[in-house]
Amino acid sequence: MSVDTSAPATTSDTALRVADLTIAYQRKPVLWDVDLVVPAGVVAGIVGPNGAGKSTLIKAVLDLVPHASGLVEVFGKPYRKQRSLVGYVPQRESVDWDYPISALELVEMGLYRKIGWLKPVTRAYRSQALAALEEVGMADFANRQISRLSGGQQQRIFLARALVQDASVYFMDEPFAGVDAATEKAIMAILLRLRQRQKTVFVVHHDLETVREYFDYLIMLNMRVVAAGAVADVFTSDNLRRTYGGRLTLLDRAVDAIGGIRQ
Amino acid sequence: MIWTPLDTWIVAAAAIAGAACALSGSFLVLRKMSMMGDAISHAVLPGIAVAFILTASRASGALFIGAALVGILTAVLVQIIRQYGRVDHGASMGVVFTVLFAIGLILIEQAAGQVDIHPEHVLFGSVELVPLYTIRVLGANLPRGVVVVTIALVANLVVFAALFKEFRLATFDPELATTLGVNAKLMHYLLMTLVAITTVASFEVVGSILVVAMLVVPGATAHLLTRRLLPFLTVAVVVAIAAAVLGHLAAIGIPPLFGFEDTSTAGSMAVVLGGLFFVAFLFAPEHGVVAKAFARIGLRVSILTQDVLGLLARVTEGTASTSTPRTTTDTLREYRRSPFRRRRSGLQLGLTLLRLRGLVRRRDGRYALTGAGRDAAAGILRTHRLWERFFFDEAGVDLSELHHAADYLEHYTDADLQGALSEELLRPATDPRGRRIPE
Repeated sequence: MSVDTSAPATTSDTALRVADLTIAYQRKPVLWDVDLVVPAGVVAGIVGPNGAGKSTLIKAVLDLVPHASGLVEVFGKPYRKQRSLVGYVPQRESVDWDYPISALELVEMGLYRKIGWLKPVTRAYRSQALAALEEVGMADFANRQISRLSGGQQQRIFLARALVQDASVYFMDEPFAGVDAATEKAIMAILLRLRQRQKTVFVVHHDLETVREYFDYLIMLNMRVVAAGAVADVFTSDNLRRTYGGRLTLLDRAVDAIGGIRQ
Repeated sequence: MIWTPLDTWIVAAAAIAGAACALSGSFLVLRKMSMMGDAISHAVLPGIAVAFILTASRASGALFIGAALVGILTAVLVQIIRQYGRVDHGASMGVVFTVLFAIGLILIEQAAGQVDIHPEHVLFGSVELVPLYTIRVLGANLPRGVVVVTIALVANLVVFAALFKEFRLATFDPELATTLGVNAKLMHYLLMTLVAITTVASFEVVGSILVVAMLVVPGATAHLLTRRLLPFLTVAVVVAIAAAVLGHLAAIGIPPLFGFEDTSTAGSMAVVLGGLFFVAFLFAPEHGVVAKAFARIGLRVSILTQDVLGLLARVTEGTASTSTPRTTTDTLREYRRSPFRRRRSGLQLGLTLLRLRGLVRRRDGRYALTGAGRDAAAGILRTHRLWERFFFDEAGVDLSELHHAADYLEHYTDADLQGALSEELLRPATDPRGRRIPE
């Protein structure tokens, strides 16, 4: 069955549905029974304390960590069938920046699926990648080896790679971490543009002060979904307390107890 | 030293094996899994032994198939033990490959009586014997060992040329690769298969222990020298070939000079590889020890000369402008904020360097800035005083602390930053003490 990539948002207005998702490392649960239904076209923040499972949620949705149980659907079909609709921006620290590759070559990676196996990157694709670099203000650095870029510039070429992918749903793991003010503005502009193009974007985020400014949808996470919905509805002091308040919640203790028994 | 056609075949076998190992090994290095090469090269031994015992021949395709299977098995076992055995990757590899290697050794020891295979040849290779066993290929009698490593090299070239971008993606970021439809696990096992095949093909040449050097060292050397993948692979292959040629030359050329017999080509090849890596380690243009030392010295020289220029400008500032102000080294050293009170030689060195660059001239033991020197010094004073202004106005730093902070930053401030600083401060005319900020 072929997937209509041109107008997926119109086939269903639910971009992401997660049901009963539980993730465990070494049998110790990291995410507990996550249920989410997120509408298409929102820029959604994912917030929560360290160890809340924010990155794990993204990786679970992208099928990069094994699920203990649960279901992930993108636009009404299992993720595995919808891979081409989903873009991923990993944490900046997750890769080796000494890898012998230029900024342009990194951006071209976003096109590999379109190019297809065994085929080289042709000039037409290269100019697409260059256009994406232009869009994030990095065209001047196209031929620079990636370790010779600043942290903010590295983040921007990651985003350029996501842009050329032309996905419908994006998952970004802490794009705002450790970037300069100029890059923060550039990322904001990209998020706005993605929203205008009817994309759905999930952003793991740390800075609570900018939540209202950046996002229209919010997922508050602490090993389970504490609250999810429009920012105006769920970004309340009550929910914040339930998300961040007291690291040693009852759930933590339960988890420690489970870990203790199983060990 | 006498060079015979035998030597040519030996070098050819070593160079081709080296090139094949350099290719698959480069991706191991890039994937930060160099020791997986170590593990697989040892673990394939039982595959070799079984294939050999079954077919009683060293040239069979069964050897490759057996090796490839055990190679994949190794990778799978390492993965499983790490995942469920609660040990790290290194320990998991250590468990798997030593056990498999030992099984292989036992099998070979047992088989050695009946068939023509010897543990020492498996461990250390026997490249010197390569020209002795020939097979007919396309109507020509070629050494079997050379044919075998050529097959491995071609396999590497074909796979990496066809899947160049897929391997680039999967070794750069396996998780991203998976989300982009390039299954990282599949690529991992494909690479492991290639490593296994290449290793087995190279056994006769270098043996299972030194093959690790051929897998890892060319890639490690290339990493120091290149910034793109294609040059990286090219350099790795060139390094491997150079090591084969130089290694064999050294093996047959050097010991006789001291009255000894020729030594092992495989051994001296590995030593030469180490030597080439060390040369790159020292002299690589960007990451090398020497380049880094030069960069450090360059920075110190630039700080020193900037300090001297700034000092000259301050000492002579405000003196009569009709004649060129001149000053002695004593005056310079005794100036209130002079950084050279206890560094007479530093001051002398700085003045000498500046004279060489035409920024300072000396007459009768007195020093003066030249026209170009005045411009350069004005730039330094400007940066210094802008920073003082900045710290005073924007950060509320105490007057007595200003000099120190500005003194440090002035050496790292380029024209762009200086311009931005001036704009930010709305182009001030004076520093916090009321001294003029030069244009």
